[in-house]
Amino acid sequence: MNFDFSEEQQMLKDSVARFVQDEYDFEARNKVVANEAGFSQENWQKFAELGWLSIPFSETLGGFGGGATDTMVVMEELGKGLVAEPFIASVLMFGGLLQSTAQSDERDALIGGIIEGSVQGAVAYAEPQSRFEMQDVRCRAEQDGDAYRLSGEKSLVLNAMSADKIIVSARVSGEQSDEQGIALFLVDANAEGLSKTSLRTMDAQVVANIALENVTAIALCGANEGLALLKQMRQQVIVALAAEALGIMEKLNATTLEYCKTRKQFGVAIGSFQALQHRMVDTFMASEQCKSLLYRAVCSIEQGEDVANIEKNVLALKVMVGKAGKLIGGEAIQLHGGMGMTDELDVGHYVRRLLTINAAFGDADYQQQRFAELSLAS
Amino acid sequence: MDINFSEAELAFRDEVRAFLKEAWNGELAEKAKQPGSYKDVQVGWERKLNEKGWAAPLWPVEHGGAGWTPTQSYIFESERAAVGAPDVSPFGLKMVGPVIYSFGNEEQKQKFLPRILNADDWWCQGYSEPGAGSDLASLKTKAERDGDDYIINGAKIWTTLAQHANWMFCLVRTSNEGKPQQGISFLLIDMNSPGITVRPIVTIDGEHHLNEVIFEDVRVPVENLIGEENKGWTYAKSLLAHERTAIAGVADSKRNLAELKTLAAAEVNGGRAMIDDPLFRQRICDIEIELMALEFTELRVLASMSKGNGPGVESSLLKLKGTEIQQSIQELKLDLAGYFGTVVQDAASAEAVGHAFGDVARRGFMMSRAATIYGGSDEVQKNITAKFVLGL
Repeated sequence: MNFDFSEEQQMLKDSVARFVQDEYDFEARNKVVANEAGFSQENWQKFAELGWLSIPFSETLGGFGGGATDTMVVMEELGKGLVAEPFIASVLMFGGLLQSTAQSDERDALIGGIIEGSVQGAVAYAEPQSRFEMQDVRCRAEQDGDAYRLSGEKSLVLNAMSADKIIVSARVSGEQSDEQGIALFLVDANAEGLSKTSLRTMDAQVVANIALENVTAIALCGANEGLALLKQMRQQVIVALAAEALGIMEKLNATTLEYCKTRKQFGVAIGSFQALQHRMVDTFMASEQCKSLLYRAVCSIEQGEDVANIEKNVLALKVMVGKAGKLIGGEAIQLHGGMGMTDELDVGHYVRRLLTINAAFGDADYQQQRFAELSLAS
Repeated sequence: MDINFSEAELAFRDEVRAFLKEAWNGELAEKAKQPGSYKDVQVGWERKLNEKGWAAPLWPVEHGGAGWTPTQSYIFESERAAVGAPDVSPFGLKMVGPVIYSFGNEEQKQKFLPRILNADDWWCQGYSEPGAGSDLASLKTKAERDGDDYIINGAKIWTTLAQHANWMFCLVRTSNEGKPQQGISFLLIDMNSPGITVRPIVTIDGEHHLNEVIFEDVRVPVENLIGEENKGWTYAKSLLAHERTAIAGVADSKRNLAELKTLAAAEVNGGRAMIDDPLFRQRICDIEIELMALEFTELRVLASMSKGNGPGVESSLLKLKGTEIQQSIQELKLDLAGYFGTVVQDAASAEAVGHAFGDVARRGFMMSRAATIYGGSDEVQKNITAKFVLGL
């Protein structure tokens, strides 16, 4: 038993850490997110050259063939730098879903494009009324010869403004919340009948609300396979988000600790006050507990434990990361005092990303109820 | 990353399971349910462990220990807790034993170690005093040299199970020079010596676990001094380095949580099982998620120790989180018992009370409050973590 990284994983981790340290300080990051796209195309090309965009894809598709541990080490370091480039939206969500659908020339070409940095993608699953339930789908798909036509609305689609292609969940049959009858479709991001309203989320990501009116689409899976594919993608992305959150929590704790060691009040460093020391011990413990659950989830995936076990570990992780993120974020602001309230300090920016991660794919309360269903079957 | 046990470790686990099946048999397990059986069960159990050579897993083999790796010890603890067998009484095997083999002389080793291994002596710990709790170094119990004896005067308090003990390992003041830590010595005291009074302290669970031990001109031979005079603080501190892995109590908490779920499925309110009560479910899951994390925190510590790297910064969580979880489970169990959590059963049968686990839940809850006080209170643990881990 060990929790060591392989040499390859350590090199990957180091290369992301080096990029963050050399090229992605807070000032550089602010410039990046000020772009209309919310990220830097130049950085994206660099990620491609460094091979990061190929990590989750199989070697037969030209990828790195990485597993959950590889994604984890990259995400943790990206988190420390608050990196805004759409690695999750384009590579893990869009690319991950594509990889899990049936082989086709177009699919392989798109994955090849992701790997070389020329293709951006997005996944549209949430709707105005759906909250966190992925099977709550009103968007309809009508067959039209070999293709389909999609009509409906999709909410807060990550990376939609930069995407070349968008995967859309739509209902082929059944009622609004039926688990059956949902398929995934590929649409051109500039297709006729598709309109986008650009928005920003509080962590500076560019997202879009999308309206579809008879938009031409290709089906990526059968009518009863869409939900399962979405859930599988969600599970993988939650683990990646948790690794990113861990990187953020470690960074926030380190920043706060450093501040408390140097900031003087009443003639002494404020870190000498027991009331503050104990709060920092609490936040240290919270991030260590998150790390333990992250390792638990990643190990269970890598070892191919049974599906319910993996799901339980991932849900526990999402719950804890959501709660710990709020605790650590709140304490980081509090211990920085008035400075913690200013936008010119990086602390608030990290906190806003943690809050966005909590909401992503269902918040701690929602996931805890799903956890309870697995853990407490009466 | 790899959380699999090796072939050898898996074979060891099978051996442990076979042993537990045989040793934690119906007789001992039944006896453990009887009131007042604690000492008999402990002694019987520890002798079975000693017969197998497993009484002291982490002692070096030359002193009669099993010489296990941290991973073997972890496997044993997990399996032991899973069948509900008790942990060993810590005072001899986990506390004074390692001090004696590390700092004692040859005579002391030969006299005491075999008797500790075979549970022939019952040890108690003489650390805290009425005026010295978390600030242990301020202790005042005095040992004055008189020929070949020390003469002891003073009082120890919160002495767990001293009513059973025939030996105490005791911190005494032999000097008032220098820092308070510098004048402390580590003495072994025969509890049958004239001048010792053991006074029971009834705790908030209604039971007698704790005592005050008063020393009036008690003569202790100098040969019972461990190591050098005035170096006792160093020896006492070294205790903290032993047996770090089991401190979180993860395996016992897992068993207790599983039991709680079973009870919650049977306990009904308004026709609905408590395990279907939304708030109760949330509270169980809050605990379970923390426990799932702590289990891996412990494995991380174990992996680090297995490489010979020492326990790592994450080990500071083990007691703080472990005891928080233990208390939360006890609290939930008390709440689950509802009205019956308030009943003092005493001599009445569970049938007469009308409910099986309320009395146990009440006592367990009250006693669990001690977990965040003993062995370094929560606040002391946080001070230590702030200083040594965070560098504050």
